[in-house]
Amino acid sequence: MKESKTSYTRYQALNRNILFIIIFMSIAPMIFVSITIFYHFHSSYKEKVNAHLGELVLKHKQRIDLFLEEKLDAVTFLLHSSKPEKLLQEAALEEKLAILNGLSPAFVDLGIVNESGLQVAYAGPFRLAKVQYNDAFWLEKALANDYYVSDVFLGLRGHPHFIITTKFTWDSRSWILRATIDFNAFNTLVENLRIGETGFAFILNREGLFQTKPPVEINKEQIPNFWDRNNNRTDILNIENTQPNGDTFIYVASFLKNDDWVLVYRQTTRDAYSDLTRAQHLAIMIIIFAGIIIITLTLIFSRRIVTRIKKTDTEKEFMNLQVIESGKLASIGELAAGIAHEINNPVAIMVEEAGWIGDLLEEDELKSSSNLDEFKRSLEQIHTQGRRCKDITHKLLSFARKTDPSVDDLDVNALIEEVVALSAQMARHSHINIVTELQHDLPPISVSSSEMQQVLMNLINNALNAMEENGGTIKIISKLSKLEKGHIVIVVEDDGHGIPESVIPRIFDPFFTTKPVGKGTGLGLSICYGIINKIGGKIDVSSVVDVGTRFRVWLPYHITDHYRDTKPADQETGEADKTN
Amino acid sequence: MNSAIVLIVDDEIPFIQALSKRLKKREFSITEAFSGSDALRILNERQDIEVVLLDVKMPGIDGIETLQTIKQKYPLVEVIMLTGHGTIETAIEGMKLGAFDYLLKPCEIEILVSKVNEASARKRMHEKKIIEARINRITKKRV
Repeated sequence: MKESKTSYTRYQALNRNILFIIIFMSIAPMIFVSITIFYHFHSSYKEKVNAHLGELVLKHKQRIDLFLEEKLDAVTFLLHSSKPEKLLQEAALEEKLAILNGLSPAFVDLGIVNESGLQVAYAGPFRLAKVQYNDAFWLEKALANDYYVSDVFLGLRGHPHFIITTKFTWDSRSWILRATIDFNAFNTLVENLRIGETGFAFILNREGLFQTKPPVEINKEQIPNFWDRNNNRTDILNIENTQPNGDTFIYVASFLKNDDWVLVYRQTTRDAYSDLTRAQHLAIMIIIFAGIIIITLTLIFSRRIVTRIKKTDTEKEFMNLQVIESGKLASIGELAAGIAHEINNPVAIMVEEAGWIGDLLEEDELKSSSNLDEFKRSLEQIHTQGRRCKDITHKLLSFARKTDPSVDDLDVNALIEEVVALSAQMARHSHINIVTELQHDLPPISVSSSEMQQVLMNLINNALNAMEENGGTIKIISKLSKLEKGHIVIVVEDDGHGIPESVIPRIFDPFFTTKPVGKGTGLGLSICYGIINKIGGKIDVSSVVDVGTRFRVWLPYHITDHYRDTKPADQETGEADKTN
Repeated sequence: MNSAIVLIVDDEIPFIQALSKRLKKREFSITEAFSGSDALRILNERQDIEVVLLDVKMPGIDGIETLQTIKQKYPLVEVIMLTGHGTIETAIEGMKLGAFDYLLKPCEIEILVSKVNEASARKRMHEKKIIEARINRITKKRV
């Protein structure tokens, strides 16, 4: 019990080791390869997304630049195509505004501002004629440069807008042509840049003020400073920024308007890399699925391996026990031979002494004895029993001699008789009668006589065991088989207690025994099975509880020249193997 | 025909004793030896031994060795092997080495007597032939 528990633990440990090694060997490379592939995929995908966004931002920057340039060109053209004094007339300015609006509806109004900041002429929807701009932040810059584009501001009208100014000189004084650009028209340019759920663009000035209206509220503190980071003066700036709340944003920025403005595209990484995340989830799912398959297959595989190892071990153990068993039989044989030899000599002496008495009884003086007849009868009995002893010892010796498994032509009937003679004593002791029905002139079989003897001894011993309590009859039949051509069938049947139906499928299994512990090894029938199988024969059993058991052994024979010559005529008409 | 002079060799003293009494009663002249070396010594001392009944299994020099020596030194002496069944191959080997026959112990006295008689007859015949051959040779030389 303890041993079987140890071996169970041993196989369990083996199973565990195989399982671990296979799983490790298959999953570790899979994970390694997956991680490597994923890492490369991840970086190249990110690179691609960033490049795509950069390109998009660059395109929009160019569009915005173009928009501003167009507006500036239109204003410049307007200035150069008109006489300055004419521009000071509001009607002419209205006309010019209409022309500009014809070119682009983004122009809201036009105004002429003098050096002191007074708007001397105005054309547009607001009442801004004669308005004083001397406090306006843009006036100084507008007077200092030929052209100027302002940041977005509310101004006097209270609407977000920005202005484009062109400076001209007339009447020895500096004048400014001021055109207002509709914020919405400008804003649309940036608004169009929307990707995914969270990707949008906006424009910032150097002070960090929004020049366009972002679609969502943005905390200015969250936005990195792009001017500080653009040391390399590249066209596109890529920044990944993680917020304290854990949100990570991608910022793609490009500078506009002589670096005064920056066009910023912002998107959460989760949104930007959503395809990557999906791919990541899919990859993880595939890995998990593959892992489950690997583990399941490994479980099955390792269990199979261990079962096979277990079977091989059992077979090996069985073989070892078979060797031990044969060794035991051989030593029993040797012992039997030794005993037989030792008994043979005293028997010989007894027989000789009895013979001597017989000789003496022939003498005249003893012949007259009244007990002469009784002496003679007694001597005859000693002779008879001596011969019996001699027969027994000779059979024992012959059994012992046949322990070598060399294959030889064997007369089945002779072997049966020999084994029956050896078992006869035990049978008589248990009131069991052994009857034989042997068909004469059976062909010889090529088999080791010691092995065949072992088979028959086992079958007869099993039958004897089945009947040792109540006695009965063992019938041994040998004949040519009708069912199996080219085979001799030996039937050993008893009328003992029979074998329960549930046990029958297992009786040839090694180590299976119904005998009490220590009484049987459970090897007898499996050894029989092994021997019979080896020579190409077969064995079967049928049994009815309380009625009896019948073993049938089919052994292939070969036709010798001698057998062919003496083959009996009625052989083919023999009865079928089935006996009743 | 005079009864044969027989040497019985066996380590079982009671067996020899019983057998020799029975053979003596049947007019044989019996000498006993209890081992192989004993037998060889007796054969060396006595030239008249005709038949040796030799047990196969003996301590010391066993039956086969004794047989080989006998056949080498005294080729005309006939040897009958006595054996148990277990050593029957040895007895057959003995036949090959020149033993007259072998008998299984215990054996019927009649069979033993007849074998001994046959063996001594053959020995005498061989001796006779040898003597005749010698006489012929001497006669031829004189002629």
